[in-house]
Amino acid sequence: MSHFTHISVQTQDFDFAHEYQKLRESNNSDGALVTFVGLVRDTNLAQAVTGLFLEHYPAMTQKVLNQIVEQARKKWQLGSVSVIHRVGQLCVSDQIVFVGVTSQHRQSAYHANEFIMDYLKTRAPFWKKETTTQGDKWIEAKASDFDKSAQW
Amino acid sequence: MLTILFFGHLKEILETDCLRIELSQNQDSIDTVAKVRKLLQLKGNLWTEYLEYGMALVAVNQEMSSEDTVVNDGDEIAFFPPVTGG
Repeated sequence: MSHFTHISVQTQDFDFAHEYQKLRESNNSDGALVTFVGLVRDTNLAQAVTGLFLEHYPAMTQKVLNQIVEQARKKWQLGSVSVIHRVGQLCVSDQIVFVGVTSQHRQSAYHANEFIMDYLKTRAPFWKKETTTQGDKWIEAKASDFDKSAQW
Repeated sequence: MLTILFFGHLKEILETDCLRIELSQNQDSIDTVAKVRKLLQLKGNLWTEYLEYGMALVAVNQEMSSEDTVVNDGDEIAFFPPVTGG
């Protein structure tokens, strides 16, 4: 095995152990592997959330995710990178997103993982619509996410 | 011909996910994002309000664009709200 970049936008769930294993087995030179998983919460802005629908712009999503990973690779020396984002109808506690990064030492993997999530949240064309006990509503972008992304 | 796409709440509010603009039918040349935006806003009401600059982001051929980005015949132009993935 050797270093790889894996990007997938999919409706089906992902198996964390499997994704972790693929990253781990991709090489013997990296001493750090950092993963992040985003989940559907049961509350947002004090309202009970019962489900989440994720829309995206298929032709653009893959392109943007590729660009984000390329930018991360320019900033830090990385081994393998895996980004999986789900779309379609999700339930509370479902997995939404997986970001896994390997590097020789932990600092690059930590930073790159956070960078990829921050950029994904402000640049990748996904839109969330929440199903709440008070009806459906599109989630609005948060200024704090843009502030977070600007720090890089 | 330009292909115009809408996503997120824009698609629901405008009740349109895709439309096409025949460039030859238009008197003025539609050669920038700003002009496409103005043309669509002429449809009135919600179109005027929700396609206002600052309300909707624009991508030309799947690349984030600005008001002065040039558009050419055959381009795909998408209007959408700020993104909320992750």
